Amino acid sequence: MNTMKQLELRYFARLRDALGLDAETVSVPAQVNTVRDLVAWLRQRGGEWDAQFSGTRPFRAAINQDIVSLDETLPDRAEVALFPPVTGG
Amino acid sequence: MSQPHIHIRVGEADFDLAAEYTAAQNVPGSGAIVAFVGLVRDWHGGKAMRLEHYPGMTEKALARIADQACQRWPLNAVRVIHRVGTLHPADQIVLVVTASAHRLAAYDANAFIMDYLKTEAPFWKQEVSEQGAHWVDARASDEAARQRWEQTGDD
Repeated sequence: MNTMKQLELRYFARLRDALGLDAETVSVPAQVNTVRDLVAWLRQRGGEWDAQFSGTRPFRAAINQDIVSLDETLPDRAEVALFPPVTGG
Repeated sequence: MSQPHIHIRVGEADFDLAAEYTAAQNVPGSGAIVAFVGLVRDWHGGKAMRLEHYPGMTEKALARIADQACQRWPLNAVRVIHRVGTLHPADQIVLVVTASAHRLAAYDANAFIMDYLKTEAPFWKQEVSEQGAHWVDARASDEAARQRWEQTGDD
């Protein structure tokens, strides 16, 4: 059985500018299990998607508005945000 | 000890240090109040600073940081205000007020909150100058400042 998972993706700051997109809804295959898997899946789009997530530029992830590590599991219908390291204060 | 009074605010509006101090002073039981105000630096060629955030997550992250501080130190009041939108050199950008019975807890909790805010609260700065706009890079020194709170091993 090939269940798809639906995710609400959000991009912020420099990453949003580079990707030219601030939000999207995606359906990913069930084997996209962690944030790391999601990023690898996004890189398949090529261009800036590949360049931004290749590992040369640091980024952070949040699931349902909590910062998580790249090994965190993605729940179905989660809000997943990807953004550069924060610079407030 | 009664529950600490925690106040978090994120928005474009400026803040009044005296009013925030008075609000913390009005919570009974304190012998020390520490207030930190961060200003927009006057960087070379800079015209303005744009502050972006992640609405929803920002307030949650700041509340969590304030809670962590309250678990670690005996605080009576915590007030955190962070501005977003377009700011100019010398404008106020962030306020942290901590109130406790004694000064050391108020000082340490205040520095703890700022160190975590700078590394875990979803704000991003963009500098605008004659040459255009560019995103400010995160600093390794901010990460190191946060990590020192993990090394004390008392929690």
